[in-house]
Amino acid sequence: MKGWLVALLMLASPAFAVQPGEMLPDPGLEARARAISQGLRCLVCRNENIDDSDAMLARDLRILLRERLVAGDSDAQAVAYIVDRYGEYVLLNPTLTGSTVILWLAGPAMLLAGAGMALAALRRRARLAEPDLVISPEDSARLERLLRD
Amino acid sequence: MVGELGHFALVLAFGVALLQSVIPMWGAQRRDARLMALADPAAVVQLLLIAVAFGALMHAFVTSDFSLRLVVENSHTAKPMLYKIAGVWGNHEGSLLLWVLALATYGACVAWFGGNLPLVLKARVLAVQGAIGVAFLAFMLFTSNPFLRVAEPPMNGNDLNPLLQDPGLAFHPPFLYLGYVGLSMAFSFAIAALIEGRVDAAWGRWVRPWTLAAWIFLTIGIAMGSWWAYYELGWGGFWFWDPVENASFMPWLIATALLHSAIVVEKRESLKAWTVLLAIIAFGFSLIGTFIVRSGVLTSVHAFANDPERGVFILLILGVFMGGGLTLFAARASALEAKGAFAVISRESALVVNNLLLAVACFVVFIGTIWPLVAELIWARKLSVGAPFFDAAFTPFMVALALVLPLGSVLPWKRAELGRAMRPLWGAAALAVAGAALVFALQTGRSALGPVGVALGIWIVLGALSDLHARAGRGAIPERLARIIRLPRADWGRVLAHSGMGITMFAVAAMTAWVTEDIRVVPVGGSYPLGPYQIELRAVHEENGPNYTARIAEMVVRKAGVEVEVLFPEKRFYPVQEMPTTEAAIDFGLMRDLYLVIGDQQADGTWAVRSYIKPFANWLWGGCLLMAFGGAISLSDRRHRIAAGARKPSGVPAE
Repeated sequence: MKGWLVALLMLASPAFAVQPGEMLPDPGLEARARAISQGLRCLVCRNENIDDSDAMLARDLRILLRERLVAGDSDAQAVAYIVDRYGEYVLLNPTLTGSTVILWLAGPAMLLAGAGMALAALRRRARLAEPDLVISPEDSARLERLLRD
Repeated sequence: MVGELGHFALVLAFGVALLQSVIPMWGAQRRDARLMALADPAAVVQLLLIAVAFGALMHAFVTSDFSLRLVVENSHTAKPMLYKIAGVWGNHEGSLLLWVLALATYGACVAWFGGNLPLVLKARVLAVQGAIGVAFLAFMLFTSNPFLRVAEPPMNGNDLNPLLQDPGLAFHPPFLYLGYVGLSMAFSFAIAALIEGRVDAAWGRWVRPWTLAAWIFLTIGIAMGSWWAYYELGWGGFWFWDPVENASFMPWLIATALLHSAIVVEKRESLKAWTVLLAIIAFGFSLIGTFIVRSGVLTSVHAFANDPERGVFILLILGVFMGGGLTLFAARASALEAKGAFAVISRESALVVNNLLLAVACFVVFIGTIWPLVAELIWARKLSVGAPFFDAAFTPFMVALALVLPLGSVLPWKRAELGRAMRPLWGAAALAVAGAALVFALQTGRSALGPVGVALGIWIVLGALSDLHARAGRGAIPERLARIIRLPRADWGRVLAHSGMGITMFAVAAMTAWVTEDIRVVPVGGSYPLGPYQIELRAVHEENGPNYTARIAEMVVRKAGVEVEVLFPEKRFYPVQEMPTTEAAIDFGLMRDLYLVIGDQQADGTWAVRSYIKPFANWLWGGCLLMAFGGAISLSDRRHRIAAGARKPSGVPAE
């Protein structure tokens, strides 16, 4: 168990990521590759993307991704190719399919619910707020005289 | 021998905690002063015992006592002394001992400095603290004992994970734990108030300093962790939305909301239920964080233990305290009557918005962190939730918060007019928009990130300064300055802390939007351009450290032909743990960091190097430090030290 942990730590050692030798000569394709890599998980590391990881598998995935881009795949097709082979675990940005919709909608839903509750509570409070004072004319005149002094 | 002493002290502390959690609570129920009087000495004795245990463990590490299993697994004779000490908490069992030490310290502080608290409240607060201590000491003694012996002590140990052998990381856990555990004080206060059935302005006044202290430590701890990741992990990132990072960030978000909510309770006796609930939830997130890190449920770079048995125990602790706390809240919340009413536009409602945004932001982070687990459990889908999700889901809340912040902090209490409140702020708003437009025009590319960061930063900082200016009143400049300087420390604290937040937001945006990156191979003697600099790889040589071998590169940085700096990035190899690490060479500057990393040698003898210019990098941690500093200034306000409703000292009769 310990040895496995150490080995994993070794693989996950975040020393260095994209090597100069892997980079594509075409800057446009390379930029796309870098951007997509940041959304792909290194499968043997603990929560790193393949752009940042030093593991052998990360390197293989980087090269695979670049091969697909050079072969003419669009961003979506290249990602789909990799997801087909490694499962959706490889995607760091969860898709909007099935149950993951809950994940994406949870934040806005909670905000709306909370805002609704807060607004209702605030309105209730505001109705309880002190009514403006009503002063009779004599008192009002007396106030004037006092303030003028 | 020393190990046995430490073990025994821990068991005794468990017994004392048991007494501390039961007797004062019973005394408070029966209003029996003698029973309640046990709380103070119990808390102090508990601290002493746990300090002895901690000292014993530290002694074992410092003297490399390899008869203790923990020392064998985490230390080595060749390790530098600082890391022998830091190794005490660089592992699961030792860090738990640090946890209970912090817990006992806070309890003792209430005993020493809580003289202004009413006896009944203090007894209950210490009783709840004691109960938390019982839970964690039981956890330690039964599943994670740091004092277990090894039958045959080896000649040497396994060394500490090299990533942890670093000054920044040596001190990151103590600060973090002081923060986490400080939130247990807020929890104890909340539970005590719920049991008593009374939350009033005085309670708000008492709970604030403890929450503030916890918040300050948590801010520093998170900033240190982020800074460590930045300079240690080799590519200049500072936040990865890793589950353990999130575990520390969620309590921080809730603690911020709690701090501001407690202000409303203190000043206006409103939002009582909110504040108590936040206090319970803040500690809940601390416990959840503990659970995530130590149960192996989520994979992370930081995770400690991977033991399901420990995970179940922590889950039990979580269930008891959170379940109990929330049940008590549900039962007693109706007794918390709000005294002050307020209009829809007022400082109270601004703080409600603040609470809402922070709480929902925290919830979003939580659900993102826990989602892989939930998805696997319920839908048998193995998926990841990483930085792209968190960036997209979390950032809007921070932007909304930043927009409301300067306005909310100048709104009057109870009833406000938006137009009137905005008057001193129009200047700040105009400058913010102008700044954003300027930056947008000057930068290459059409990203909105940089300009938005600039706008929000200017808006918050100038908004805080406008607040100060408005409070200076009228008159000559020296008069106004004198008035500003004489403002209560709490106000200064607010201005500084909010400004710090604005600076941090700006720096995050700047670092992400305007970083310059360069990856290439360079032969020894070769050079290449990076922004305004020319960088030359002059030499690469090997060296031996105390417990590692290193490959050090000498890189010369020139600007317009003049030598600016020589940097020495390293790549180290720790033979005992068989682990390589990268030590980036960073030239820390006011306006930018220059960040160089040396990689592997290529087949043709050239070296792979990675270079970055990180603009305004130090503003990020500077902003965090400013936030913590503002909090400290606020904490030192006289009003926290003078009791709410304390009896004035009786005069000495004249002879």
